[in-house]
Amino acid sequence: MAKTDSSKTMDQYFEDLQQTRVWRSIFRSGPGSSTLKRALAIQQNVFLHLFSTKVRVRVLSFSATWYLGTLTLGTFLVLVATGIPLMLYYHPSVPQAYADTKDLQFVVSSGMFLRNLHRWSAHAMVFLVFAHMFKVFYRGAYRTPREFNWVIGVILLLITLLLSYTGYLLPWDQLAYWAITVGSNIASAVPLIGNKIHFLLLGGNAVNANALLRFYVLHCMILPLTAMFFVAIHFWRIRKDGGLYSHGSEPATMKAATANVAAAAKEAR
Amino acid sequence: MADEKTTASDEQLNDPSRREFFMKLGLGSLGIAAAGTAAFSYQYLEPNVLYEPSPVINAGKPDRYPLDSVTLDVNNGIFIVHSQEGYFSLSAVCTHLGCLTAWKQELGIIACPCHGSKFEENGKKIEGPAPRPLPWKRIWLNDDGDLLVDRSTDVPPLARDSFVRV
Repeated sequence: MAKTDSSKTMDQYFEDLQQTRVWRSIFRSGPGSSTLKRALAIQQNVFLHLFSTKVRVRVLSFSATWYLGTLTLGTFLVLVATGIPLMLYYHPSVPQAYADTKDLQFVVSSGMFLRNLHRWSAHAMVFLVFAHMFKVFYRGAYRTPREFNWVIGVILLLITLLLSYTGYLLPWDQLAYWAITVGSNIASAVPLIGNKIHFLLLGGNAVNANALLRFYVLHCMILPLTAMFFVAIHFWRIRKDGGLYSHGSEPATMKAATANVAAAAKEAR
Repeated sequence: MADEKTTASDEQLNDPSRREFFMKLGLGSLGIAAAGTAAFSYQYLEPNVLYEPSPVINAGKPDRYPLDSVTLDVNNGIFIVHSQEGYFSLSAVCTHLGCLTAWKQELGIIACPCHGSKFEENGKKIEGPAPRPLPWKRIWLNDDGDLLVDRSTDVPPLARDSFVRV
């Protein structure tokens, strides 16, 4: 006897949905929860395929990573999600920038919420990037075969700091103006080409309209896109370098463990 | 006969020096294109015209500045000093990292609020982190009797007898 619709559970509805042609055209792996199906679900997803198809539960434990890398990605996504709406009210021009910032703070509905969320996420991201770096360093997760991913990580650290620095100018208040004056003068301390870098960075000799526009474009386009590019490599390399770092899964440790077992077996004999 | 011809042309196609030549030609063109792109990008990023304020500013009539005074022009980043021997002008931009310094009347020094550099009223460095003294700027009287200062060029400190006198 056929089941009546009313007796179907939510799971069954979902399974039915997974059988439909539309669903199958989008998610090719199909229903079922066999190891193969679950691996395919990861491998055939454009975003998830960067990750390993299988992960040990042990390396997903909180103590293994403190989830610092994932949290950093989280703050980055919050920054993108809050930054884009902020761009709708902000004009990167000398007469308007400061007034727009104040409007966002006091006039625009939820403007203060978005701006503060953007600001606090930026602070959190810098903190998390450093924490992530220290965790990786003290666990020794930068060692072979992960050296290259460490280098990518250092590039991402620099991009994070540059994003914070370029974002600092945008409110166009006294704090921003003098911070960027000081910061850009530090850049001109580079031997030989320092003054050239200063000039190109500001698009002129002083922090002015050109500098504001350049920092805006760097902050909203160039640096985020560069960050996404390197984040993609960073994640992909985790898979290519043998998954998340776990002490027990390292070749040397495994070899030692095998040797111990062999020695114990010999002794038993 | 036909077979021989084919073999000959095959050999020609597989001639490594010919392949190498085209490889080098291709890579060379790409290299030239890349160098051109880099050069054009650099030129594009460097503005040819700047809409910045004129480096020569009018500091007004000399009698605006009382005797034995150091006056900061906040908008233009210069000091106008009126000493017993006459007028001279200093940059007010700290030589450390470009902050605007200020005249401290009660201490009789020029001090930077950012990192604590101190200068005498003639620009001489008292205390770092500033690496150099505050540079002097060219100052002169125009035909209307206004003081003009050229901020674009540093001049060596003037001798006391060659200050601007009214």
